[in-house]
Amino acid sequence: MNQRALRLTGSTRVLPGFGLSMGISVLFISLVLLLPITGLFGQLADLSLAQYWAIITEGRVVASYMVTIGAAAVAALINAVFGLLLAWVLVRYEFPGKRLLDALMDLPFALPTAVAGITLATLYAGNGWMGKLLEPLGFQVAYTWVGIALAMAFTSIPFVVRTVQPVLEDLPAEVDEAAMSLGATDAVAFRRVIMPHLWPALVTGTGLAFVRSLGEFGAIIFIAGNMPYETEITALMIFVKLQEYDYAGASAIASVVLFVSLALLLAINIWQGRFVRRLHGGKG
Amino acid sequence: MRRIGDAPAVKRLLIGAALVLSALFLLLPLVAIFAQAFSQGVAVFWANVSNYFTLHAIGLTLGVALLTIPICLVFGVALAWLVTRFSFPGRRILQTLIDIPFAVSPVVAGLIYLLLYGRNGWIGSWLDGHDIQLMFAWPGILMVTVFVTCPFVARELIPLMQAQGSREEEAAATLGARGWTTFWRITLPNIRWALLYGVILTNARAVGEFGAVSVVSGAIRGQTNTLPLHLEQLYQDYNAVGAFACAALLALIALLTLAAKASLEWRASRREALL
Repeated sequence: MNQRALRLTGSTRVLPGFGLSMGISVLFISLVLLLPITGLFGQLADLSLAQYWAIITEGRVVASYMVTIGAAAVAALINAVFGLLLAWVLVRYEFPGKRLLDALMDLPFALPTAVAGITLATLYAGNGWMGKLLEPLGFQVAYTWVGIALAMAFTSIPFVVRTVQPVLEDLPAEVDEAAMSLGATDAVAFRRVIMPHLWPALVTGTGLAFVRSLGEFGAIIFIAGNMPYETEITALMIFVKLQEYDYAGASAIASVVLFVSLALLLAINIWQGRFVRRLHGGKG
Repeated sequence: MRRIGDAPAVKRLLIGAALVLSALFLLLPLVAIFAQAFSQGVAVFWANVSNYFTLHAIGLTLGVALLTIPICLVFGVALAWLVTRFSFPGRRILQTLIDIPFAVSPVVAGLIYLLLYGRNGWIGSWLDGHDIQLMFAWPGILMVTVFVTCPFVARELIPLMQAQGSREEEAAATLGARGWTTFWRITLPNIRWALLYGVILTNARAVGEFGAVSVVSGAIRGQTNTLPLHLEQLYQDYNAVGAFACAALLALIALLTLAAKASLEWRASRREALL
């Protein structure tokens, strides 16, 4: 028996509380997380396949998928670049205000989404601080597609920063010293030496940011303008159907959103597991 | 030895870009919240905060958060103990399942609860027959808030307890300590700061939840309106100062959360330096 197996069987025998902690965990996960999802399928069972298909492919709903996916993709790309820059600056440099900047990175997670929503809408409206500067230049942000992407980027930026930061911190100094002493320029050394270490974390963080943006509601609805076919996100479509007491319609669209986000979550988990294993496998 | 990006020009450019972008993107909204809230003076701010409906919303929001925290605490500790102290089939599945609330859109979270416990749902119709109403009442708000916030404590504890290992608890157990004695005397002191941070995160999210709560609350002023919902109504009614007064209260909680995180991290790094 190897040491790991010995330790695990040992702890199973010695430590108490297996039954209690298993009981609480399974009961909680079943009641709080899994049982409600069955309600969704119960509702969907009342629909025929043709009805279901008609709801989820209706023009206005399809337009909302396009708006949501497009804006979330743009927000994720912005965050990939901006998040990488912030993580790099926070790990590699010393400067006044660094601790404050680091603390500020968590603001979008700590700030309620509705607060972010009305604040961004007020800032970027025509008479807001930012709107006043941008609109004369021809950039309209509030009540357009750009505003949706902006709100998504705001709420999901910490995912990228907080995923890339620890990987960058663990990178030993010798890695880039070696590259530099061999005469590589900054740009080449970054691309060839640093990026291969960073990109699994960068992809994971960007993926999480994307998933979060797909489902975001509170931060977006105030700045979106919510014009059918133009600036309506899918989460809002579900909400609108509910207000019309169209539970079947709301459930059908929700099932699409649920399926896509769970599939993406699973894909990110598998991807993450693979590269973690590869890193540890390298060490033996 | 020179490292990548150490040239003064590159360094200054990158730090400058990070600071300017963060100031515009993150700091400016924060400043704007308080500027808007106090744009008509402290007296108007105070009148908006001390308004009956606002006070009721604050009370409901805090009440729901206070009930959410112990529920999430018990679940989080139990799950973290289970997956870090024992090895059993299905362990990884449990760890993936608790991430569901992070991936599910809050509106979808509210909807699935409404479908199950609402008057037409299979549990809801039975409850309705017994005159119990969960949806469009505070229990519904509590239920979706628990759904949305349940991963936070577990997610803070699992990596820490995994890193600490179970040697200390095993030593206590072999010396004859009972299960709860081991937990209170060994485990809890080891995890207390991560536990505290998990609670702070749970609280921040519970207080600010909007999408899921707006589906199940019905948003009746003075009855089922939480602070984020109240803020939305004021904003839609063109009472911007009132909306931002509520926003400022919520932003204050967010700032306290950030300060707590920074001080807990500082504490941890100092302890590491001492070791």
